[in-house]
Amino acid sequence: MKKSIVLYLHAHQPYRVKDYSVFEVGKNHDYFSWDDSDPNGNQKIIDKVSEKSYIPTNKKLIHLLKIYPDFKLSLSITGTLITELEKWAPEVLQSFVDLVETGKVEIVAETYHHSLAFFYSLQEFEIQVRMHREKIESVFGQTPKVFRNTELAYNNDLAMWADKSGYKGILAEGWDKVLGWRNSNHLYKPINTQNIKLLMKNYKLSDDIAFRFGNRNWNEWPLTADKYINWINDSQDSEIFNLFMDYETFGEHQWEDTGIFDFLENMVPIWLKDENNTFMTVSDAIDSYKVVDTIDVPETLTWADTERDLSAWLGNAMQQQAIKAIYSLSSKILGTDDWSLIEDWRRLQTSDHFYYMCTKYFNDGDIHAYFSPYKTPYDATINFMNAWHDLRFRLNEKGIEI
Amino acid sequence: MLGWELPPHNSGGLGVACFQLCKSLAKNNVDIEFVLPYKTDQENDFMKIHSTTPMNYTKLKHHLNVYDGANYLSTHAVTSEQLNYENYVASKAQEKEYDIIHAHDWLTFRAAMKAKQATNLPLIVHVHSIESDRSGGESGNPMIRDIERLGLMMADKVIAVSQMTKESIAREYDIPLEKISVVHNSIDVDELGELDNDNVYEYIELLKSNGYKVVTNVGRLTIQKNITGLLYAAKDVVDILPKTLFLIVGDGDQYHELISLSAELGILQNVIFAGFQRGKKWRDAFGIADLFVMPSVSEPFGITPLEAINYGTPSLISYQSGVSEIYKNCLKVDFWDKDEMVNKIVGFLRNEGLAKTMRQMATEEIMSMTWDKSAKATIKEYSKHKKVLA
Repeated sequence: MKKSIVLYLHAHQPYRVKDYSVFEVGKNHDYFSWDDSDPNGNQKIIDKVSEKSYIPTNKKLIHLLKIYPDFKLSLSITGTLITELEKWAPEVLQSFVDLVETGKVEIVAETYHHSLAFFYSLQEFEIQVRMHREKIESVFGQTPKVFRNTELAYNNDLAMWADKSGYKGILAEGWDKVLGWRNSNHLYKPINTQNIKLLMKNYKLSDDIAFRFGNRNWNEWPLTADKYINWINDSQDSEIFNLFMDYETFGEHQWEDTGIFDFLENMVPIWLKDENNTFMTVSDAIDSYKVVDTIDVPETLTWADTERDLSAWLGNAMQQQAIKAIYSLSSKILGTDDWSLIEDWRRLQTSDHFYYMCTKYFNDGDIHAYFSPYKTPYDATINFMNAWHDLRFRLNEKGIEI
Repeated sequence: MLGWELPPHNSGGLGVACFQLCKSLAKNNVDIEFVLPYKTDQENDFMKIHSTTPMNYTKLKHHLNVYDGANYLSTHAVTSEQLNYENYVASKAQEKEYDIIHAHDWLTFRAAMKAKQATNLPLIVHVHSIESDRSGGESGNPMIRDIERLGLMMADKVIAVSQMTKESIAREYDIPLEKISVVHNSIDVDELGELDNDNVYEYIELLKSNGYKVVTNVGRLTIQKNITGLLYAAKDVVDILPKTLFLIVGDGDQYHELISLSAELGILQNVIFAGFQRGKKWRDAFGIADLFVMPSVSEPFGITPLEAINYGTPSLISYQSGVSEIYKNCLKVDFWDKDEMVNKIVGFLRNEGLAKTMRQMATEEIMSMTWDKSAKATIKEYSKHKKVLA
């Protein structure tokens, strides 16, 4: 049996809440339209990330997919990003369609709004998964068969849900505490499930690219494709190498001048030079390998920070209160049949909002700050909660008791 | 070292900053002789205090107060007090081999210059505020400006309590930036008295049990502190959250003006003026508050938000403060942006989660603050200039 790299890229952008003050509550129901001059505005960010990442990366990937018959990859793209691209950068969305039309890209299922709904409302979660599937079908003509949850947030219950819902596979972080003496480089099966298989991220190899690639203080810098593929080839007791990372790694988290695109271009042929090596999509891997063991994850596991839990999103009191506040409106909002109100509420469920409220490491110079459009987690909270107050105002306007 | 006040005889932050800095300098083996313009019976074991007159603090304050620039030279006593101080310092400086003259703020500058002329010792002037800060952005008293300009020019080194102060010194007096070092003030939480079980503001406690939230300011009631701006914001806050109380602790030339402004704005019943307080009443004002607001037009440093969080109260502060350069876990706003002030006060008061998280993070943050760092940075400046002398 050949050894496979399973490259899976995740593309997402939220609708960031603008500076939305208490004076706008009840008057202006548009929380997401930023000042044109503000570089953190949603459209500005789409422009920037498209130019730095989406356009050049799609171009590079399409090129590689055409040249190398064995090169394949998997992709997930959120509903929020798709609608932003439809609105502001249709040509970029087309480049994703072109990518998928090579026939060598598998799309992975998730929630439309990149939310943590699974942990708060199963009904709402299922609606968002269905919305995402329908959107993917209409834009890409593909029906996803493998599921990943937002932030790779995973536990036994989620696996059981995905199994019952007919998914053939699910993705999770390959965290040592869960794996114990085992490694992530095999196919697994979640505990208490019938048919579903589990692919676990090789976080070391993934993060070498996603986080460390351009870091000049890293003792392995500069990372060449040769060196990297040597590491993989040297791995014992391994069948699959699950390289899961943000799509924006290419060009946005790691800028072009780090050499990230050349790395991508070089690593594919170097890996394929050995005829025992190949690339697989997530479904291929699930179909091709045998399950070696069962994995038990009672506590929720994510791909973030050293804790690998939900603490980056739900670690402090503001985050907990804000997410509770949002889901407390569920039945009232859904009862209105006002689709613009419902969509605004769903956009506020996107996990990024809670990430911006994160105070972990804030006292020692925050790594999270790079990804936040706000000066402090407190500003993020006030803007978000003002938008929440406006949702209530709109409910009240409809005669619904709040 | 030359200063104009030390606690408990202080009318503002200057005295506290001098005292804490000296204490930490002494711990780092600096031998300090501190010159005060009034007689004090205060004892300490870390520095020697000289008094230049037998006058007590209350009497001196009546004549000349460091924050009272507008009245400078309007009374006869002023010049004589300053002359006494200058002559004392100049002759004292020649009595033995000192290493450095370290002078705090304009009232000591004339003495510092005279002493430098007499001894040729290196002079470090330490700026806690300049005249334009104290006059709320106006240029202030021209005679004081002259003293400040001369002192800053004569100095071998200028220490500013914040980057913001450094920049205003350079801007107002054309002092080259390289000549100015920033040494931020700090706080030692162990030095502050603790809250006890009952709060002295019983009536406010009663209101709190009825669902009121309390916003507090502690400081002098002068234009620099922008309590006017806070009251305009208070009006809008009360419109949105009627059960909000503003507790204003302090005294100053705007006292009457602020009371009548609250009445004009129709929020007199939501504003409580508690006057100038010390000790328990001062501590309890922080203790009872949900949010402390320091909306100053210009605050060279501004220690009160750090004192507030020591008593468990998070803050909203203006960006136009030195403390905003080092204090992270608080809300910040431009002093002129009333709407944003309202937005943040309201957003804070109706979000328990936000309050809880900020309190926790900010408490963690001040625990790591210490005057020792400031003292070490000061000593570094001393050693540079002592060398020049040798």
